[in-house]
Amino acid sequence: MNNHQFDVVVVGAGGAGLMAALYASKTANIAVLSKLYPTRSHTGTAQGGVGAALASEEEDHWEWHAFDSVKGSDYLGDQDAIEFMCYEAVQAVYELEHYGLPFSRTPAGRIAQRPFGGHTNNVTGKPVRRACYASDRTGHMILQTLYQQCLKNKVNFFDEFQVIDLLVVNGAVAGVVAVALGSGELHTFHAKAVIFATGGHGRIWEVTSNAYAYTGDGIAVSMRRGVPMEDMEFFQFHPTGIYKLGILITEGVRGEGGVLINGLGERFMEKYAPRVKDLASRDVTSRAMYIEMKEGRGINAGRYLYLDVRPETVNKYAALDGRKNIDGTPYTVTGEQILAKLPDIVDFARTYLGVDPVTQPMPVQPTAHYTMGGIPTNRYGEVVIDDQNTVMPGLYAAGEVACVSVHGANRLGTNSLLDLIVFGKHAGLRAAAFANGADFQPLPDDPTDFSRAQFDRIRTAQGSEKILDVSNAMRYVMSDGVGMFRTGEGMQAALDTVRGLKERYRHIPLTDKGRIFNTEMINIWELGNLLDLAEMITIAALARTESRGAHARDDFPQRDDVNWLKHSLAWVQPNGEIKLGYKPVVITQYKPKERVY
Amino acid sequence: MEVTVKVFRFNPEKDKKPHYETYKLTAEPTDRVLDLLEYIKGYYDGTLSFRRSCAHGICGSDAMRINGRNYLACKALVKDMHSDKITVEPVLGLKVIKDLIVDMDPFFEHYRSVLPFFINDEEPPEQERLQSIEDRERFDDTTKCILCACCTTSCPSFWANEKYLGPAAIVAAHRFIFDSRDRAAAERLKILNEQFGVYRCHTIFNCTIACPREIEITQAIGEVKRAIATGKLD
Repeated sequence: MNNHQFDVVVVGAGGAGLMAALYASKTANIAVLSKLYPTRSHTGTAQGGVGAALASEEEDHWEWHAFDSVKGSDYLGDQDAIEFMCYEAVQAVYELEHYGLPFSRTPAGRIAQRPFGGHTNNVTGKPVRRACYASDRTGHMILQTLYQQCLKNKVNFFDEFQVIDLLVVNGAVAGVVAVALGSGELHTFHAKAVIFATGGHGRIWEVTSNAYAYTGDGIAVSMRRGVPMEDMEFFQFHPTGIYKLGILITEGVRGEGGVLINGLGERFMEKYAPRVKDLASRDVTSRAMYIEMKEGRGINAGRYLYLDVRPETVNKYAALDGRKNIDGTPYTVTGEQILAKLPDIVDFARTYLGVDPVTQPMPVQPTAHYTMGGIPTNRYGEVVIDDQNTVMPGLYAAGEVACVSVHGANRLGTNSLLDLIVFGKHAGLRAAAFANGADFQPLPDDPTDFSRAQFDRIRTAQGSEKILDVSNAMRYVMSDGVGMFRTGEGMQAALDTVRGLKERYRHIPLTDKGRIFNTEMINIWELGNLLDLAEMITIAALARTESRGAHARDDFPQRDDVNWLKHSLAWVQPNGEIKLGYKPVVITQYKPKERVY
Repeated sequence: MEVTVKVFRFNPEKDKKPHYETYKLTAEPTDRVLDLLEYIKGYYDGTLSFRRSCAHGICGSDAMRINGRNYLACKALVKDMHSDKITVEPVLGLKVIKDLIVDMDPFFEHYRSVLPFFINDEEPPEQERLQSIEDRERFDDTTKCILCACCTTSCPSFWANEKYLGPAAIVAAHRFIFDSRDRAAAERLKILNEQFGVYRCHTIFNCTIACPREIEITQAIGEVKRAIATGKLD
């Protein structure tokens, strides 16, 4: 009864998982396993838009989008994959519309688009309207629409199933083992192909926009089975999180004309990015904010800065910038328009800050946001496990968990939702095609042994450590040592602390001895994933003696293309140690050059 | 500030019937009730079970009854409770599985029964289907739904009869019925006109009050009733 067999098993039911499921289910017998109800997935919290050069209202080209993404990646993105994504983007967005996604509309009835950080007209260098949006809940609408289409297509869902192990036999995928949260029982899913679409691991850091569920499960499960991880040192800090809480305030606020203001009342981004100012890429903007605060120009003793989207502020700076509407008239906004275009942002600010953004500026600080690294794949979602890009038969990954790499060292806003739909789709297609031409690998004799061993270790742990103490200590030290600015010394200290925490982790006693919804057990297991990832991230980051994109080192402040224009690969060895390797970046037509916004 | 949090507890593997546990803790006025639950779970009782994920009112995991009213625990701030006594209970009308976790299956079954997906079998254009700003605005409110069940589990008609589809399912249907691109309004209206459809709604407005997304649910249900009565979608 707890044994299942499907051609393809999709793990995770966010945008990438559901897109993969929709496509794979056209030709294969599939199941989607999700630790949450699918509509709870983190894709739903994405706000501002999905990038595609539709040119709804002004000139744009997918090649411009590709160049902006390469530049945004600080030249670490693989250019063939980026070109593929940006080319596919246009049709993918139309396809979402055909699925019924309620995009906001232009006066001509087309999909509405807004400017976003790092997206430019490649001729003028000015921001271009490329983010296709549905109000400020684009991710919510993508998640809902894809889930609805999966229901329509009768996809099999196993909701609240937490995947614990990947079964590998003869170097190929044989399935996964999952625990049904409602019963606590282990289930074996025998499959020809497995697609990981489990999202990121932003819960490693203290101030984060990421959901509690974002604990790096797909990465942890597969690295324990020998799959290497790519570019783990690159993690994005989004400029505008709600002060203290880290809840995301979309870049779309700045796209609509909002500006960042320091304690002196200055619009400081013009110092750091003279051309695009507040719409510089996220790594550049977050670092600028950090510097402003460090140099004493923060607000309230340097704790935060203001994101100001009050109409008078927007209109003042739009006039100074000479920003125009499509018809050539000066760009202006009213309070009603802000409310209409950014209703959720207004709600978040009112709820969590007690601030009305139409009449008051919002206190913000950078917040841990996005995993650029992850499970290495090619552009078809096939997992590649060495520096020769050798494909592992039957294993696929898509979305934030994967590293194609289209985001390189820094992802542009709107490219995450795009990544989900483009690579989710192709992973689904490839996995189904593979399954239709392959036999099942035999299951191991005791498929659940490793899962049971992991749970037994948690169940039998002795000691008096508290899960919150260990996780808070991890978050603090990772923010301090492996955050937005890094040094060799700081990272080494963080690594030592994380290793100490891994030891303390083994002494967290399990108080819930039950089987039904044992959330304590799952939380401890998830913390184990985060600690393993924190160690790997720190080791990869220590090794990279340069600054590139989100990886900014005070002791190595320059990008070093001679030695470091390459992807890192990190393997967990059988003895638990981490081995590093590297593979080249794919360059097609965009030669690395200095990055100026 | 010092707060006293009284939490509904039920462990199906141990308890014959539910009981309440009381915890005293120090909280900031801006803390979320979810933060208090996390603290209780972390330091007082690791067995306390509840669902949560995004923690800012979007994923819809943590619907619960707080001081007698449905909220998302991550959107209920201590200061907004206007009391230093906070009682947390599972939502009503769905079977309690453990502590604050209820069986959501009946809720999602109702959702699935109203054809909650875009239907239009005409060949789509190469680009997007065009839609005017006004036509898009017509169903904007009901696209906000996150399926948290705050509305349905606050509805006395649903408490009285769990076969009633409930406000969330009607909101889901509304989102498609009034979408100018969709072609299956008639089928959905037929479903909603049946015995356990919209006419179980007695405009009590609990749903509208409970909705963390501030959807005008009672109004949406009224629009569906009117469409059934008149056969028109304006």
